[in-house]
Amino acid sequence: MTEPNEQQGPRIGKDEWVARHGDNRDRRAGVAGTIEERLRNVPWWAWLALFTGIVCLLPIGFESGYVRRIAFDTVIFMLLALGLNVVVGWGGLLDLGYVAFFGVGAYTYAFLSSDKFDVHLPSILTIPLACVVGGVIGLLVGLPSRRLVGDYLAIVTLFFFQIFLTVTNNGENLFGTDVTGGPNGIINVDPLSLFGRELPVSADGIFNVAYLYVALGAFVVVYVALRLVDRSRTGRAWRSLREDALAAELMGMPVSWLKLMAFAFGAAVAALAGTLVTALNGSVFPQSFEFPLLITIFTMVILGGAGSQAGVVVGAILISVLLEVLREPGDARFLFYTLGLLGLFAAFRLSVRLAVVLGGTLVFGLIAHAVAGSVDDAWTAGAGGDGGRLADWAVHWVIVPADLAAWVTPVSYIGLVSLTLVLTLLRGWTRLALLVPTLYLAAFVWENVMLPKPEPTRFVILGALLVAVMVARPAGLLGEKRVEIV
Amino acid sequence: MAGTRLLELRGVSMAFGGLSVIDGLDLHVDEDEILSVIGPNGAGKTTLFNLVTGVYEPTGGDIVFAGESIKGLEPHKITQRGIARTFQTLRLFLNMSVRENVMAAAYGHTKAGAFRSILRTPGQRREEREIRAAAEQRLAFFGERLTGYRWDQPAYSLSYANRRRLEIARATATNARMLLLDEPAAGMNPKETHEITELIAKLRDEGGFTILVIEHDMHVVEGISDRVVALDHGVKIAEGSFEQVATDPRVVEAYLGTGAAERK
Repeated sequence: MTEPNEQQGPRIGKDEWVARHGDNRDRRAGVAGTIEERLRNVPWWAWLALFTGIVCLLPIGFESGYVRRIAFDTVIFMLLALGLNVVVGWGGLLDLGYVAFFGVGAYTYAFLSSDKFDVHLPSILTIPLACVVGGVIGLLVGLPSRRLVGDYLAIVTLFFFQIFLTVTNNGENLFGTDVTGGPNGIINVDPLSLFGRELPVSADGIFNVAYLYVALGAFVVVYVALRLVDRSRTGRAWRSLREDALAAELMGMPVSWLKLMAFAFGAAVAALAGTLVTALNGSVFPQSFEFPLLITIFTMVILGGAGSQAGVVVGAILISVLLEVLREPGDARFLFYTLGLLGLFAAFRLSVRLAVVLGGTLVFGLIAHAVAGSVDDAWTAGAGGDGGRLADWAVHWVIVPADLAAWVTPVSYIGLVSLTLVLTLLRGWTRLALLVPTLYLAAFVWENVMLPKPEPTRFVILGALLVAVMVARPAGLLGEKRVEIV
Repeated sequence: MAGTRLLELRGVSMAFGGLSVIDGLDLHVDEDEILSVIGPNGAGKTTLFNLVTGVYEPTGGDIVFAGESIKGLEPHKITQRGIARTFQTLRLFLNMSVRENVMAAAYGHTKAGAFRSILRTPGQRREEREIRAAAEQRLAFFGERLTGYRWDQPAYSLSYANRRRLEIARATATNARMLLLDEPAAGMNPKETHEITELIAKLRDEGGFTILVIEHDMHVVEGISDRVVALDHGVKIAEGSFEQVATDPRVVEAYLGTGAAERK
């Protein structure tokens, strides 16, 4: 037998072609390829350390309490996403009661450290206790659901979520005693106390950055701990259960117990996040744990890539920051047009078609604006929102009437959705031709309908983004491609 | 051949509602034996496997493994006692690597819990190393096919024949004493079928497994079996050496239809 060499090529039948699949992979040439290769070899803990370092330095660059508070909220979302990832990403269990565990942690903290029952335990006790309570309740919820999968499990967990909301909302008269304070919640909750010292929630009138560091510390501990579990016997069993529960059971893995463990781990992490939020807010209300929060956390996990720890963290950061940015019309406008351009670049690359679409839309807009302006000045007399030069430019391109007739909003909105749907059915030049007015209509809807109402707009944009990412990368941004049927 | 009974089914019955699938079946497998179960489709062969591995609980009779009744135990408990199986329709953990598939099956006989894993205690690390080494050794049983670069490939990238091999490797990694192979040669070409025949013998001779196998390919059955049991409609219709069973009129009738044996 001679050693196979480059001239002979891999021998078929000995699986050598597959053996060399690494060489066959597309690899970018030159510096970009080398950098890509190097980046791939950076160990996970280095990324984690780098990320933690950057967040630690954040308060130096940003003096504003607002930015620091957003950073804190984002870290909380990262924790929540990590916890949900255990249940959904690794265990493959659809847990729609997840937010209730967040609430359980929050209320447990409030019970143990507030004037409510006049108990004031130090945080070093309260936080672990709340995690244990969360984990145990997770176990209890899992108990009746351990034989359920898919939609059945989802319904049972959703029911538990509803029970939690009912109990907290009506808890001011629970069998005659006031437990949760009902809709008024629990106020005057102690701030965190570490090593006998209380951590004030605000220093010099702004958000105390120590809370950000505490949350970040919790995040790092949880991230590392969960990663170690993932790379162990338990993690393998969870993934086996996700892949094929029956096969896992028949290979000696106690599937019911593993499901309960996944529930308990996820619940404990959610409870931890709950304690930190309550300590900072100094209060807890049932309204903080409603359905939109559940959807938001699920979006983070799915967008980032369920099953990938780094993925769900990226998802949490993206969604959390995005939802904040979209509150500010100027930033939102910038984001809208940037995302639009990036989307076009991603779809067409640098090609003639891109030039045609961009140029076409630009010209289309200028003509439409000029025509509308010459018919009636009022049609283009709208001020547009505030937001600097981009706003000035936008009102000279997009038709922004001074007074928007009532019928314009629904017609343009429905028109945009219909045009987008029609676009997906078309191919070739007809598609490009229709894309131009669709883009312009999108800009029109954005400037006239969506920008003036930031609150619903945020979630519409979020939904659209999720749809776009899911079409492009069904497994999420950093999720590994998974094969369901072979 | 040790001759002691490792697995024994005593009058086992299984009915789904009113439909009786297995009816009063007596069957035994001796230690270090290779027993083949044959029979036409729908004879109850796979149901027999599901009963032994605890997927179904028999509606009547008793199943005894290594001297103890395993009837009514949860499937993972039965596996931990030493019975592991493969599936007729492959059920690998497709999105896990080849090595992880095998490592996962070590769950039942390893101990380190989640908290020890978080703390990475010395015992946990040693156990993890052992699981890994054992998995690689199990895979090496199949020659070069499932070793080296293959360790880290996802299971879905494997060819059909290699998936069958990986399923067998995974079953052996549970530290079972007895393997239940459900149609190991299904969908294989003649060369691969021949290999499987040798492999099953090797599993017994070198691996020390007692083997109960369902197979349709009569060449394989002839090549491996110490004893053959023929089932039809959930009833044992013949038992004995391959020659005895293959020429039994009732077996011929079950496969070819009424009167086939007479015309022959």
